Amino acid sequence: MVSVAHLTASLRLVVATMLVCVVGYTLAILGIAQLFPETASGSLIRNDRGQIVGSARIAQNFTSPGYFWPRPSAAGENGYDATAASGSNLSPTSPEVRERGREIVESFGASESSPLPAELAAASGNGLDPHITVAGARYQVARVAGARDVSEDRINRLIDELAYTPGGFLTKTPIVNVLKLNLALDGLDVPGGDGSGEIAG
Amino acid sequence: MLEPVVFVALILGGTAALSWPLGRYMAWAMSPQADASGARAWTDLFCRIGGPPTRTAQTWKPYCVSLLAFNAVMFLVVFAILGLQPYLPLNPDGMGAVDESLVFNTTASFTSNTNLQHYSGESTLSYFSQLGGLMWLQFVSAATGIAALAALARGLSGQGKMGNFFVDLQRASFLVLLPVALVVATLMVILGMPMTLEGAVVATTLEGAEQVIARGPVAAFLTIKQLGTNGGGFFGPNATHPFENPTLWTNMLAMLSIIIIPMACVWMFGRIVGRVRHAGIVFAVMLVLLLVKITGAVTFETAPTQVFAELPIAGDTGNLEGKELRFGAASGPTWAVLTTSTSNGSVGAMHDSLNPLAGLMPMVGMWLNETYGGVGVGMINMFLYIVVAVFIAGMMVGRTPEYLERKVSAREVRLAMGALLVHATFILGGTALFAATSMGQTTVQDAGPHGFSEILYEFSSASANNGSGFEGLGDGTVAWNIATGLVMLLARYIPIILPLAIAGMLAAKPAAAKTAGTLGVEDSTFGVMLIATIVVFGALTFFPVAALGPVAEHLTYMQ
Repeated sequence: MVSVAHLTASLRLVVATMLVCVVGYTLAILGIAQLFPETASGSLIRNDRGQIVGSARIAQNFTSPGYFWPRPSAAGENGYDATAASGSNLSPTSPEVRERGREIVESFGASESSPLPAELAAASGNGLDPHITVAGARYQVARVAGARDVSEDRINRLIDELAYTPGGFLTKTPIVNVLKLNLALDGLDVPGGDGSGEIAG
Repeated sequence: MLEPVVFVALILGGTAALSWPLGRYMAWAMSPQADASGARAWTDLFCRIGGPPTRTAQTWKPYCVSLLAFNAVMFLVVFAILGLQPYLPLNPDGMGAVDESLVFNTTASFTSNTNLQHYSGESTLSYFSQLGGLMWLQFVSAATGIAALAALARGLSGQGKMGNFFVDLQRASFLVLLPVALVVATLMVILGMPMTLEGAVVATTLEGAEQVIARGPVAAFLTIKQLGTNGGGFFGPNATHPFENPTLWTNMLAMLSIIIIPMACVWMFGRIVGRVRHAGIVFAVMLVLLLVKITGAVTFETAPTQVFAELPIAGDTGNLEGKELRFGAASGPTWAVLTTSTSNGSVGAMHDSLNPLAGLMPMVGMWLNETYGGVGVGMINMFLYIVVAVFIAGMMVGRTPEYLERKVSAREVRLAMGALLVHATFILGGTALFAATSMGQTTVQDAGPHGFSEILYEFSSASANNGSGFEGLGDGTVAWNIATGLVMLLARYIPIILPLAIAGMLAAKPAAAKTAGTLGVEDSTFGVMLIATIVVFGALTFFPVAALGPVAEHLTYMQ
């Protein structure tokens, strides 16, 4: 049955496949990644002083009324932990989801006449979804405009500039990146600032 | 309604079209008799790498022994790598030692092409463990499946010798998986996926908080995870993570990667046995069953999150719990069906948070486990159903059943049924044991039908070598680690060895002359017979547990 020859052949195959499929393959893709330094290192965003303020792909928490708020997060104990990404993994019939929904409805002040867009109450699969729908952004415009003392028109224009449909004709719901939107808001405060964060490696 | 139809049609149609040339290429790459000098040169090289045992053509028994020997070595190597993690290099984030039962479970999981994960990669494993241990297994475990299918097809084409495992494994790794992975990973990098060996980065958020962002060599890992129907994510929440699936385009490319090699395996099988029309019928049967499941999942998932019904929350967007906005509405449930129908197990939305009946569809995928199934092994599973189907059809018309000109006798059917029942026994037996004892009861998120679904899903996933989960389950316990670890290993190798034995037995028989009464396997009658066999077998076996879990949850809670 199993002979020493089987084991030596197996070990020789281990070495060959490790060298080619792990070392060679990884180095090849790393090499190609050098051509795309920004996205390959995580689409990090830096401010004017060169500090990393986050990643364009990763949601961060916003609670102050002058910023747009992201979707709720089940990543880590307090949410938005980018080393412990996680969904709630709760059933849509779970009372815990209802309880979370109720708290969020309260914090947004939603009512029957002005219902909350659903993604603002539903946690994403990893807790780091960087987007909200345009409807979800419009829903927050009055609060943000009030807190910043800026006209709602101005903020709506920012949303229009940053809104996109991720798959063109394949998806009909336009979405917007919360961190980029909030950076653009901060840019409004700076005289002459256009608010666009600079993406750097 | 048009949007999801176009989305699904694009992915399935595009992948099916690409699977045809890929299947042709794979038949060439895996074919030992290729006259082409290119194939001969590769074979010579692989014989030199493997040494003396590569130079003999093997019958089914030595082939299986070689397969098991190499897989045992795979297991031991990675067990050592994970066990020694703190002492090994490429660990920029300083990951510590891993618990023994978790090392066993993870090694069994990746060796068996399952990739069930009772840990989160970004907080448990070093880059060395992820690349040198797990990603390596993602290549060679998938290559093991392709090798086994090639051997089965050679046996069914009437050859007593099924090839040489050590050569086949290298053909599948170097000629099939590696080139496809290089192309797809390059596209993933271009489309914006991270690929870096630098450790986590610290950001200061706009509100002044500190956010540590885990990163890594994701593009390389993710690609072979999808292509090899492995499914184990670099990050805990798998392909929902923005770094593991940044845009709708990476999402669509990943979905294509999930099914393309399982689809191409059907064509490769057809070409090696010399019956491409037969492969066409099998391909169509798989496609029909897949479409039924996708339609079900996408439809049931349009119902909004049930517990939001009485709150002032808009209900026009479907159930968004556990889903990413950048993938669109149809992506989550479509991915859920593709990943479970192929034994892949990566997730593009959280299955635990699907609506109850939408969550049933992934379970059906794992119970049937052959539409298109895992790389190589999906077609092997379908072969078992084919044996049963031709046997039943033969009995119905009172003829000795035949498959590919060999008479199928009771002995072969008994082995085929045995292999199918192994799968059912692990799922139903395991679920019964854990649902009835504290081993399972204390680990579920909610008591009642949803908790039952979580246990049922975990055993279905382990036995189908899938790897996805209803992740609300607290599956990081010693009992879960050991039980699912054993199920994954047994449910991997028994349904590879028994079909190869059947093929060996069939090959030893003389070819039966084709007569007017021979039941064809190349027409739609056979297709319908095959679907009926699968549906009846699946329904009789699994309907009771479906009723106790997802159906009961739907009837109790959904309005």
